[in-house]
Amino acid sequence: MSEQFQTNSVEETVALGKRLAGRFAIGDCIAMVGDLGSGKTAFVRGLAVGLGIVDERMVSSPTYVLVQEYVGRIRLYHVDLYRLPAAEDELDNLGLDEMLSDGIVVIEWADRAENALPKPYWRIAIKPTGQASRQFTLERVG
Amino acid sequence: MRNNQKQPSRFNPGLIVGIESSCDETACAVVAGGREVLSNVVASQAELHARFGGVVPEIAGRAHIEAINPVIAQAIDEAGIPPANLPASGKQAGVAAVAVANRPGLIGSLLVGLMAAKTLAWVWRVPIIGVNHIHAHAWAPALDDEEIEYPAVALIASGGHTSLYLCRSPDGLELLGATIDDAAGEAFDKVAAILNLPYPGGPAIDQASRNGQADAIKFPRSLLKGQSLDFSFSGIKTAVLYHVNGVPGSIRAGVEKGIERLGEKEISDIAAGFQAAVVDVMRTKIKRAVNFARQDRDTNVRTLIIGGGVAANSALREAVAELGEKLDLSVRIPAMEYCTDNAAMVAGLAFHHLRVGKTDDFELAATATVRR
Repeated sequence: MSEQFQTNSVEETVALGKRLAGRFAIGDCIAMVGDLGSGKTAFVRGLAVGLGIVDERMVSSPTYVLVQEYVGRIRLYHVDLYRLPAAEDELDNLGLDEMLSDGIVVIEWADRAENALPKPYWRIAIKPTGQASRQFTLERVG
Repeated sequence: MRNNQKQPSRFNPGLIVGIESSCDETACAVVAGGREVLSNVVASQAELHARFGGVVPEIAGRAHIEAINPVIAQAIDEAGIPPANLPASGKQAGVAAVAVANRPGLIGSLLVGLMAAKTLAWVWRVPIIGVNHIHAHAWAPALDDEEIEYPAVALIASGGHTSLYLCRSPDGLELLGATIDDAAGEAFDKVAAILNLPYPGGPAIDQASRNGQADAIKFPRSLLKGQSLDFSFSGIKTAVLYHVNGVPGSIRAGVEKGIERLGEKEISDIAAGFQAAVVDVMRTKIKRAVNFARQDRDTNVRTLIIGGGVAANSALREAVAELGEKLDLSVRIPAMEYCTDNAAMVAGLAFHHLRVGKTDDFELAATATVRR
């Protein structure tokens, strides 16, 4: 079963992340799948705000550092697999298990390692439908 | 390994050994008095990662571990310090402290440098000093060069960071703004990938831009609301993507568009247009920061500092030089070897921490994410 959401601007994407934050709990893994510029980081910014991260400006793209950690009401780990050529083998090295033991993990470019994600996990697929409009599909996998 | 060996000076105001391992570079340097670089050794994993097509955390951690001891040995040897296995050697040679970039960065990589620094500090019985990697970039122009005149506005832009500071002193930095999505260097890398240009994207786009017309395509300048000093480069990146591939959902998307149909001239125009947009945003934010300092902080800025890998970009250097002239500010851009990650900037900045007694103990931890 999946749910769909439509946003029409970056601001609406941030708001959607904020609105859905309450659905996730410690130990949840959220796989974000969507092309360059589809709004993955913007969604995570909303998610962070919804989880009580005080300074939303802490949230930026983790492409370079691979993992960012934000502490709010709940700890949020923000992972990015864009620079990882063999991402499936690297999830262990990034410490995915440890992260899941005390926080929520959201992974950008998760399609690069989807077979290695511990089930069940949440999957959020983003499809650009126009200049700024995006269709989000949320589902529980496994 | 690169290095620039120098003869240790006779006047020795206290040497600091610096260690840097926050991302792809394993580095160690010895700096006297905060500015005089006695040795600067950098082992880069860039080649290693290029071979694998990206960064590999396991390899990154292992490469740091393999590189750290030889890099330290070379740096202290070049600076004329006896080997570290002679316990009293460091102090006898005038080592006042060991400094390490302990934040922000890739945690597994930071830990390698941190452990090495703790070991050295323990063997030599000298204080350890944890340094913010991005703050160290703002000190880099002083290395092998004149003192920086404060107050200054500093823009530090690299693959991982885009931060704007008001610097009242070498270690008195106030964060004015930072990127809320992609770092500038990351945007260069991703746009280069869209344009089928090689990695790293910065030099490739800089090069391609020379043959392009910056005003052929006008990409959006994302300045954010009001007088915001934050940056956003995600929108420019997406605009380039849609310029090349067509807007999603449009009939033409993926049909008439696509990188294959673009000639060299068009790619150069896109590169030049993108670079102009990024530089324009940076120029505007720097100007805003100088005004903000004057109006909201009662601080008359005297200097502009540009640091980080993106400081190598020729269009940015030109724009900042011009801006400095217009605003009557001196412009300080580090030598190339001190723009990219290095340990000399870490040791240099630590001198100012030490001067005011800001040292750490062996509880010092590594922190992946900071905003300050």
